[in-house]
Amino acid sequence: MSTPRRADAGRIVVVGASLAGLRAAEALRDEGFGGELTLVGDEPHEPYDRPPLSKAVLSGRLTTDRITLPRVRNIDARWLLGTAATRLDIPGRQVVLADGRRVDFDRLLIATGTRARPWPDAAGGGLAGVHTLRGRDDADRLRAALATGPRRVLVIGGGFTGGEVASGCRELGLEVTVVQRGAAPLASALGGVIGRVATGWHRAAGVDLRLHTTVRALEGDAHGRLRRARLSDGTAVDAEVAVVATGAPANTEWLAGSGLAADHRGVVCDGGCRALGADGAAVEDVFVAGDIARWPHPRFPGQLLRLDHWDNAVAQARTAAYNMTHASPNHRVHRALPAFWSNQFGVNLKSVGLPHLADQVAVTQGALDQRRFVAAYGLRGRLVAAVAVDSPRVLDGYAALIEAGAPFPPVLNAPDGPPQLRPVDAEFARPARDEPGGVRGHDTHAPAAATPAPTAHP
Amino acid sequence: MRLVVDLNRCQSYGQCVYAAPAVFRFHGEESLEYDYAPDAGAHREVARAAAACPVQAITLSGATEPSPLSSERDR
Repeated sequence: MSTPRRADAGRIVVVGASLAGLRAAEALRDEGFGGELTLVGDEPHEPYDRPPLSKAVLSGRLTTDRITLPRVRNIDARWLLGTAATRLDIPGRQVVLADGRRVDFDRLLIATGTRARPWPDAAGGGLAGVHTLRGRDDADRLRAALATGPRRVLVIGGGFTGGEVASGCRELGLEVTVVQRGAAPLASALGGVIGRVATGWHRAAGVDLRLHTTVRALEGDAHGRLRRARLSDGTAVDAEVAVVATGAPANTEWLAGSGLAADHRGVVCDGGCRALGADGAAVEDVFVAGDIARWPHPRFPGQLLRLDHWDNAVAQARTAAYNMTHASPNHRVHRALPAFWSNQFGVNLKSVGLPHLADQVAVTQGALDQRRFVAAYGLRGRLVAAVAVDSPRVLDGYAALIEAGAPFPPVLNAPDGPPQLRPVDAEFARPARDEPGGVRGHDTHAPAAATPAPTAHP
Repeated sequence: MRLVVDLNRCQSYGQCVYAAPAVFRFHGEESLEYDYAPDAGAHREVARAAAACPVQAITLSGATEPSPLSSERDR
């Protein structure tokens, strides 16, 4: 197919009008793309910022009409909002939309992200009072439900979203039960050692935290309203509101039949953000960025990463935009060091690198029993990640050490460090060897839960 | 006007809180919160806050074209 390869011509379609899609569109214009640019988004809203949804919005300090992202430059784009893409025809160079429209492209960027995994049992998931939290509308519905003053909120899942929701509910003075399949909150992302610290945050805030426990069933009353959850330990929890926070599958259904290597875990691309076909070869003129992308990070070889991280969406969008406007010999490799943050229970937590890869962890600054410390993560004698709690000013140094391939435990000479570093097992639950794909599973909470998706930020 | 703060980059120096206290604030000891869409009257303060940020984590809107929602209706 002879499509224009010049940077300044042709038709580029970006499917997904959230952070990655918007920043890619801006970067395309920055790179000199002067052709037709179309953004397709399934939500009716302008691109907005998601992190506050589970924090300041939930707690009522911000409303969802005030979290629209700034547009940093004119992009002269055609915006098709409120319409999902439903099919991709690569040979025909068309994206088909839910309303039947067909959008022609010469180059395509896939940035359709992920969605909250719903409660898998239709009867329980259909009850009034059962929520997920991913988008603006979800946040408005949940906020309205919390404003009615439920006697108890049940949070299903002890990952970052679950912890932030539980924290927000406690700020509102609501009783909260968190049900966590694993040994500690955040344990699948940060390991059991730091997970035990997070257990302390939950309990100090008055959260009823149920560990090693799953929800067997959600039960409603005669009006179809949630009343009770049956737990795996035989107990029951009475709650009028439940928030299902058990991970996020990728929005790839619209790519079925396209020939791309795509499933619920994401779309596989190469280091230059080029989509791969089912045969493993790069597909000409089709690129991927943001939460939906799975790619080989040069610093963490031997695996495909998918990161649900804000800064990864921005950086990967820029890499994709650059490569969409330059000939392949000059392509850039997306190699930004992963980083994310969370605020919960009055604590600021920041991470660089990939903690979940680690076999060992060591406190390098502060102490775990204080609310201010840094933990370094090592894999086979190399530093692979660092997590800072209420210590936001130290991570640049750790990031540089990780980039440099520094040994673990790291030599820091930090004035607030312990006299001697004591690495211990980071306590990640490793999958059984025969688990399909050998991937680390999400905590799942329901009898019919879908196959868990691997992600670096569950 | 609109803004967003890259909270990965933010190191909670708080210079923005001094420069534009009606827009930026701390929730807890180290967690920055802010208004994404402050009133136009706060523009000078917010621009000063963005300039003062030691890690340049604050992005301000620069687009002058109409919002996607209005431009979509126009087409």
